[in-house]
Formats: sequence, C-alpha cells, structure tokens
Amino acid sequence: MYQYNDTDQTLIEERVAQFRRQTESFLNGTISDDQFRALRLMNGVYIQTHAPMLRVAGPYGLLNSKQIRKLAHIARTYDKNYCHFTTRQNIQFNWPHLEKIPDILEELASVQMHAIQTSGNCLRNTSSDHLAGVCIDEIEDPRPYCEIIRQWTTLHPEFAYLPRKFKIAVSGAKLDRAATQFHDIGLHLINNDAGETGFKVLVGGGLGRTPIIGQVIKPYLEKKHLLSYLEAILRIYNLFGRRDNKYKARIKILVKESGMEKFSDLVEQEWLQIRDNLELSSERIDTVKLQFAPPAYETDAVNDTSFAQKLENRSFATWIKYNTATHKVPGYHAVFISLKAPDCPPGDMTDTQLDAVADLADKYSFGEIRSTHRQNLVLADIKQVDLYPLWQQLESLKLATPNIGTATDLICCPGLDFCSLANASSISVAKEINEALDDLDYLHDIGDVKINMSGCMNGCAHQSVGHIGILGVDKKGSEWYQLTLGGSSENEAAIGERLGPAVAKDQVTQAITTILDVYIKQRLDDESFLDMVKRVGTNPFKEEVYANN
Amino acid sequence: MQIIKDRQIIDDNWTFVSNDAELEAGNISVSLTRWKNDKQQLLNSKDNIGVRIGPSDSVDDIGADLNDISLIELDFPVFTDGRLFSHAWLLRGRYNYQGEIRATGHFMPDQIFYLSRVGVNAFNLENTQDLPVALATLNDFTVNYQKSID
Ligand code: SF4
Repeated sequence: MYQYNDTDQTLIEERVAQFRRQTESFLNGTISDDQFRALRLMNGVYIQTHAPMLRVAGPYGLLNSKQIRKLAHIARTYDKNYCHFTTRQNIQFNWPHLEKIPDILEELASVQMHAIQTSGNCLRNTSSDHLAGVCIDEIEDPRPYCEIIRQWTTLHPEFAYLPRKFKIAVSGAKLDRAATQFHDIGLHLINNDAGETGFKVLVGGGLGRTPIIGQVIKPYLEKKHLLSYLEAILRIYNLFGRRDNKYKARIKILVKESGMEKFSDLVEQEWLQIRDNLELSSERIDTVKLQFAPPAYETDAVNDTSFAQKLENRSFATWIKYNTATHKVPGYHAVFISLKAPDCPPGDMTDTQLDAVADLADKYSFGEIRSTHRQNLVLADIKQVDLYPLWQQLESLKLATPNIGTATDLICCPGLDFCSLANASSISVAKEINEALDDLDYLHDIGDVKINMSGCMNGCAHQSVGHIGILGVDKKGSEWYQLTLGGSSENEAAIGERLGPAVAKDQVTQAITTILDVYIKQRLDDESFLDMVKRVGTNPFKEEVYANN
Repeated sequence: MQIIKDRQIIDDNWTFVSNDAELEAGNISVSLTRWKNDKQQLLNSKDNIGVRIGPSDSVDDIGADLNDISLIELDFPVFTDGRLFSHAWLLRGRYNYQGEIRATGHFMPDQIFYLSRVGVNAFNLENTQDLPVALATLNDFTVNYQKSID
C-alpha cells in the first residue's frame, strides 16, 4: 500500500491549515456563503438536512488498520458513533460540526488521509477494483496508476473549477468491477497485439439524470502518455463543457453534443502538443509499483488440511460460498465483510465494528482493508486456515451476513434521511426489502441480483445500472418509486429499462418480491436474473407487478 | 487602486477604457472586440496596450498579436468559471506569452494560488482590503504534485 513521503504529508497538512483559515473566515463573516460553498465542497463538506456532512477520501478504496481506527475515533469523538461507506469507496460522516471539521481533517492527516476533492466541480477521488492485485483475472494491478492519477488530480490548479464534477475509474482485470464504463473517464489496462500493456480509454460515461455508457476514445494508450492524455481531455472539457445548465454540464453531454469524432479530434490535437512534455517515466511507474508489491504470502498456506472438515458447518460453508472470492495465491482467499446486515443501513459501520475490523485486518490480512463500490469491505489476503476463526469473529460483529451479490446486498444512498436533495427515503425502504428477504435459502436460490436504490434523479446509488433499480420520485409531495430492470455496470454494461408507472412507498417491497417470484417461476435451469431479463424483457414482470392496478 | 503583481502590493497603473469611451493616454486596456476593431489605431499610439478577455473568448484570437500586447486581463464574470484558468495556461504554455496576465472581476482571493500556478501574475481584487490576506495565500502550499506553468 502506498505510504506518504514528506511531500505528500506536507501537502495534506498545508491543505488542513488552508481549510482551517477558510472555515474561520466564513465563521467570522469575511467570506460569503457562496464563496465558502465552493471552497468547502472541494474539501468534502456538504451542508445537508441536519448538519454538515464530511466525505473523506478512500483512495481507490484502499485503507490500512491505522486509518480504520482513526475513522472509529472520529465517529466516536465528532459524530454519532458511526460512519458510512459510499459507492465511490469514500467514507462519510453525517453529523460533524462545521467548526470542528478542521480538527477532524488534522486527525485524518495524521494517518495520511484527507477529504480533498471528494465533492465539488473538480477532479474527484479515483476509484478502482476492490480485488486489485489479488484477483485471478488481472492483466495488471491498477493501483499504481490510481496513485499516480491521485497525485496528478490532487490540487490540480487548472481543473479546480470545471463545469461539473469529474470522476475517473481504473480497472486492470478482465471483469470490470469498477464500473469504468460509467465514469467521465474509464481506464482499462489491456494488452495490445504486441503483448505490451497500456490503457483503453473511455470517455463520457456517467449515471445520474442521463445515464450514458462511456465510449472508447483511445483503443490503446501507452502508459507513458497517461497523464498527458488525461490533461488533454480535461483541458478540452474545461474549455468547451457547457456551463449554462448544470444538468448538461458533465463531459458526457459535451461528447454527445459535439459527436465523438469531433471531440476526439480536439483531444488528439491538444494531446499531440503536450505529450512530450508530460511523459511518465518508467522509473516513476516502477517506484510507485514498488509500494504495491505483494505482501509476504506464506508458502505453506496451501497445506491446510482442516478446511474440508470446517466446511461441514453449513453456515460457514454458506458464508464461504457467498462472501469470499478466489485469490491468485494458492491457500489464500479474499473475504467480503458484508455491511448489509438486516437491521443496518447499507454501508454503515459503528466505531466498535471499525476498531474490531482493524484488529482483524492486523491479525489476518497484513493490516489492509478495502472498500467496494457496492458498499462492503474486503480483507483481501486471508489464509485458508484463518477463514474459520475470522468468520466466527465477523459473525459476532454482525459483519458476516452471507449475502454478497444477492438481493439484500443492495446499495442505497442516504436519501431523505440525510440528503437535502432527496425526493424519497431509501434507508427505510432498503430495510423493508431486507426484512422481506430474510429467508437465506430463498435469497440464495435467487442468486446474483443487484438492487440499487437512489433517493432522487442524481442517482448516487447508481439505480440505472442495478439489475433492479429503484429511484425515489416526488409525486405531489409524497414518496414514490420508479423501478427499472436489466441494468448492469459490468462488462456488458446496460441501462435499466423502466418497468412502468412509479409505485407508492408501501408497494415497493411487494413489487420487488413479485419481480423475484416471476424470476423463480420462469427462469431456465441456472439462468441468472439478468440473463432472464435479457431473454424475456420487462413484460412478464410488468404483468405481475401491476396485476392489481 | 492597488493590486497584487509579482507577489507585491503595488499601485495599479493601467486604465480600462470601455468600448464607447475615448482612448486615453497612458497604459490602457480594451476589450477584445475593441482590439479587433481598432487594432491599427491602438498600435499607432505609443502607449502600452492591454486586452481584456472573458471565459468565452478564445486565446487563439489574439495569439498572433501577443507581441503587441503588454497586458492580458482575464475578466471573471463569476468565480466558478474555470475556463480562464485554461486560457492563462494556454497563453503561457502554448503561446509563451511573457507579458502581464491579470485576473480581474469576480474571483475570490482564495483562487489566486491556483491562478498563479497557471501563469497569472497580477490580481485586481474586488475588495482591496483583501489584498494582504490574498497575498499570504500565495504561500499556502510549498509543494505540488503536477507540472503547470510555475
Ligand atoms: S441520489 Fe439524490 S437523494 Fe440520494 S444521496 Fe444522491 S442526491 Fe441525495
């Protein structure tokens, strides 16, 4: 994992001092609401329904145990004993006091963390594959490039006042677990015909009001040109992106309105003029790569003979089936920590859980923890022999619900409970759905279903790419929900199709269970939910969901 | 009026002349439109000429004239319009412009650190009482992560 050097540390400490001054100026009235708004947003501070919200960066989802303990400490000292993991691998605190935020940032800086550019119309935190470096389908570990991009984007002087927010995701594996097709820029490590590794560059993808799948702008980009190419795209976007209407200001609209050909011409012309000056040297890449060298795996991990017997415990076996992933090193497994326990808002964790997970990471997983874009955590390097004791401890922490990838592993934004933009609540609906699907056998029979729910059109929980999407809409002051089917953010990216008229709040759970029942009745053999939707379309579901209307 | 130029607070010795006003003697700055219309007349006067551009102007429009222009004013209609940051970068980085680049209009003192990084060397703030604080912000950071103009 990347460790800060003196430059990194100085930079975040200077940023804390700067934000402290900005906050003081605001509190004593020398800068206006409007000005402070822009400044605080660029440091992750929103003003929400009840209180400010602070969004802390989880750089490409990678955290260490010390950082997790610090989050626990902050939750305890400055918040209501919990924090929330977001769909972009960041961490949110919902109840800090504005005047205390500089202190929180100082605490974060002491463990190499910050909240720089986690909101606002600027270059945001870069996200990536939560199984980077350990998965079996990897072409190359994307994290060194994420770190290089993190540094390049941090306090970039030219691109701090973009038309709109700008998000970059990097994937290095065959299966896209980072939703790169739905980012302003998506980078995919690929091999070219000569066997060299470089990037496929996508641009103009995005969710929100107008979901669009990103298009390839550069089929193959040499690594040394990574930063110059990003800079060229950003300069063109900064100069020509629309600023007259915030709903048309994302780069996807610029790409769409100018047409891909014209847009890529502009980028190409810009790039040719700057690329020689901004080359990324192979030494620089190698230096950063060293920081992501594999941990000291034990070669005897594979010799564990106790596992088969442990699997006789049915609960443990189920957890293994759903909450672990194959690791590239024999004898090791990646473990998902489910933040979707039945009675817990998706993605929330208490200070006690955070501290305990930090201890488990130290004991079993080289002190590292990852956050996923489906709002769970991963301990990436667990020896097979440690799986059983780890499971037991996660069980006692309510962090072992065996539901990863199932219908109750739903992702959900804060909605009406916290967000001032929301049309409808999401946490309470998520809870109801979770309760309705509490029969594990039924849940496991349904299998891989991704439910995503957002409280408004902004789509923070990516409802348009959920296998089942739920979108909160406002109908004359009451909460209604629009359902979509068939979305996906993985390789075969798709935007969900609207099922029919929105349903009332007390009908949502019923609609979801009806949809799942239709699937169970009409699926072929081991056809997945998504495959069935592709095969039959939305009609069979529609007929049942709206049968009584 | 005082401004910040090259990290010092100094008296401003430029006057902006609006499109319909008579040209004055001394250092005068005009709009891009006026520059385009009256270029010859402006060049004939012996005075230093400045041109004020806005976010929607293209620096390519004055690219060929830069030897005759001593000051380029970047006029912020709102502080959130980041196009002027790229204009500054292009003037320095692409056209190698050596004259004064000055931010004017509605920008924040808290933006001048970034502006200075992309090549802006003078700042005409809306409130002159902000000058000392703004000047101090130029020292907010002693390190950075990326190449720009500075
Ligand atoms: S989707 Fe809407 S309601 Fe939910 S967090 Fe985003 S802005 Fe708020």
